[in-house]
Amino acid sequence: MFQAFLIKYGEIGVKGKNRYVFEDALVARMKRVLTPVDGTFKITKEQGRIYVEAEGAFDYEETVAALQRVFGIVGICPVVLADDKGFEALSQDVMHYMHRMYEGAEKTFKVHTRRANKNYPMTSPEVNEEIGGRILEEFPNLKVDVHDPEIMLHIELRSGHINIYSEVIPGPGGMPLGTNGRSMLLLSGGIDSPVAGYMVAKRGVYIDATYFHAPPYTSERAKEKVVDLARKIARYTGPIRLHVINFTDIQMYIYDHCPHDELTIIMRRYMMRIAQKLAEDTGCLALITGESIGQVASQTVPSLAATNDVCTLPVFRPLIAFDKEDIVTIAKKIDTYETSILPYEDCCTTFVAKHPVTKPQVERIRKSELLLSEKIEAMVREALSTEEVLEIS
Amino acid sequence: MEAYLDNSATTRCMECVTDKMVRVMREDYGNPSSLHARGVEAEHYIKEAKAFFAENLKVSEKEIYFTSGGTESNNLAVIGAALANQRAGKHLITTDFEHPSVLNAMKYLEGQGFRVTYLPVDRDGVVPLQALQEALCPETILVSVMYVNNEVGAVQPIREIARILKGQEKKILFHVDAIQAYGKYRIHPGREGIDLLSVSGHKIHGPKGIGLLYVQEKVKIRPILFGGEQQKGLRSGTENVPGIAGIAEAARACYVELDEKVDRLYCLKDRFTEGIRKLDQTVINGRTGRDSAPHIVSVSFAGVRSEVLLHALEEKGIYVSAGSACSSNKPAVSRTLKAMGVEKELLGSTLRFSFSFETTEEEIDHCLGALNDLLPMLRRYVRR
Repeated sequence: MFQAFLIKYGEIGVKGKNRYVFEDALVARMKRVLTPVDGTFKITKEQGRIYVEAEGAFDYEETVAALQRVFGIVGICPVVLADDKGFEALSQDVMHYMHRMYEGAEKTFKVHTRRANKNYPMTSPEVNEEIGGRILEEFPNLKVDVHDPEIMLHIELRSGHINIYSEVIPGPGGMPLGTNGRSMLLLSGGIDSPVAGYMVAKRGVYIDATYFHAPPYTSERAKEKVVDLARKIARYTGPIRLHVINFTDIQMYIYDHCPHDELTIIMRRYMMRIAQKLAEDTGCLALITGESIGQVASQTVPSLAATNDVCTLPVFRPLIAFDKEDIVTIAKKIDTYETSILPYEDCCTTFVAKHPVTKPQVERIRKSELLLSEKIEAMVREALSTEEVLEIS
Repeated sequence: MEAYLDNSATTRCMECVTDKMVRVMREDYGNPSSLHARGVEAEHYIKEAKAFFAENLKVSEKEIYFTSGGTESNNLAVIGAALANQRAGKHLITTDFEHPSVLNAMKYLEGQGFRVTYLPVDRDGVVPLQALQEALCPETILVSVMYVNNEVGAVQPIREIARILKGQEKKILFHVDAIQAYGKYRIHPGREGIDLLSVSGHKIHGPKGIGLLYVQEKVKIRPILFGGEQQKGLRSGTENVPGIAGIAEAARACYVELDEKVDRLYCLKDRFTEGIRKLDQTVINGRTGRDSAPHIVSVSFAGVRSEVLLHALEEKGIYVSAGSACSSNKPAVSRTLKAMGVEKELLGSTLRFSFSFETTEEEIDHCLGALNDLLPMLRRYVRR
């Protein structure tokens, strides 16, 4: 029945003179996600609207699912495109539509007409009234409710054709990818970091990712898991460049020289430093982590402050005030949860002290790091030289 | 140098096996149920395989059924036998340490109204006969015990169990999961009082996806797959002809000069266990030498997490298992080791080394050398 979708996008609409940049990015992303979908699609921009029209047969479910992964889309409306052949023809098209969609339904409705074609012979209120009346006659089970209708029947009178639709399938919202630069995600195998990456990408940011592995303390499978997670979020975020860094030697060096209860904090400071270096080399303007206040010892506010102490780039922590349950909900929605809970060690937990500090003092941590001064810089360089880059899409 | 010491997880296919399978797939690819010559050709491989196994197990050809592997063989034996004989009683007996394909089949049957007794193991990983005697009751219809335990290589007293079951007034079926034993032991189910016997292809240098179940002629079992009624309706589905040809070829090769090869395996195992005993703070779980299977050694390394040691060995080209590879995605604590009374701190520090006829002395020495180098280093870096 539907050959086309009307794409609603929210915030882009108010972006003033830059609007075309956002629209173009949105269209580009839509084209990309629709490429593997069965069907041939034409995407057009017209008077502040974006339409996806299918040429010939296409897979409806797959198309909707693909569009639901495009950031910037607020709603996907399966729409009937009717030719403008006068009001009688329109009325027939609407009745036909209503029969297909709501035969026998007991619901309230409202007709909402928009007259973009200012030459249409009737006014919007006239169309509303006339079509509403005919629906009431034809569908005894439908009632009018102009304040809170269950069915909002949209009729858009445009030059050349008329859109009829009533269903709005929610999109992910956010901003089109590529409209907000690039950031470096610290990706572990856990539940949080993929969600953090997803959330920032949703604001239009392209994602690179860094993963620290520590063989033999973390396995090839733990790395595979991270690759799988990157692949899952790449469905939303577009291709991800995953930088894999061997962190074992640094971890050991810290273990040998620093107070054990500070191990995790110092380790994380070095992870931040390395990620930051990679970010600068790859044109990323910020770091992204999955940290959330109080979740573990290394994520108390003092710990976050101590970690943040080494960062010069902004660090985005989109989950900072989220409860675990809320994070899990998103992880399930974007299908990373099942992968995240596979039981492979990540390198943060391997040597974690039985009683790590929860209120580290930045000064003390800095002092402890002096114990590393002999070799650490060379080791960081060495770690950076182990970089393996995987293109994930 | 590489040392593949994870042969209880799976083995490398022998070349004679792959050659034969390629021939079946490329040349004699017919469906054995087809009436034409191509079908007959394919059927020949099945007949040939059945003839081999009949001779090897000293049973009749019509008692051999091919399945998709060890799991299906165990499922079919346990579920099929329980369902077909439930009128005679609804009590089943197995052990604590069976493979999940037996244990989870038992769990399923518990949901279907069966009562299951799980026998414990002693310190050596062997099921005490006394416990079996005590568990038997007039309701008992099936006992399922594995021949060789896959985690520690303990050999179970199969003949003694069969003798006890024979001594009962009522017929009690005896299923033996011989997946780790076949290819290393001469097993003659008819003589040993075994009614159902499971074998898997990929543990004996054959392909994955093929197994067999011996079903004693008079034993009634119900199918668990339904379809075109192949294999007398007990196991529907077009026969996996390349797999069948492959498993037969692998088994044939295994049993050539078996005694010599098994002697050699015991020598390798002794060499390995002697080397292990020289290492500090290591314990071999279960029996060693001729009192145990020739190809499996379980070792606990105090103060080292098994996963870490496994990956450290991996970096040196040595491949082993932590506990048992069969429940791969859940590195849970091994039931067998727990049942054997292994200390709690050692449960997560245990590796399984398993050998094959292809294992060499060099591989054993390489592994011992690597352990010697790695253990002191790994013991230094632990959680504090």
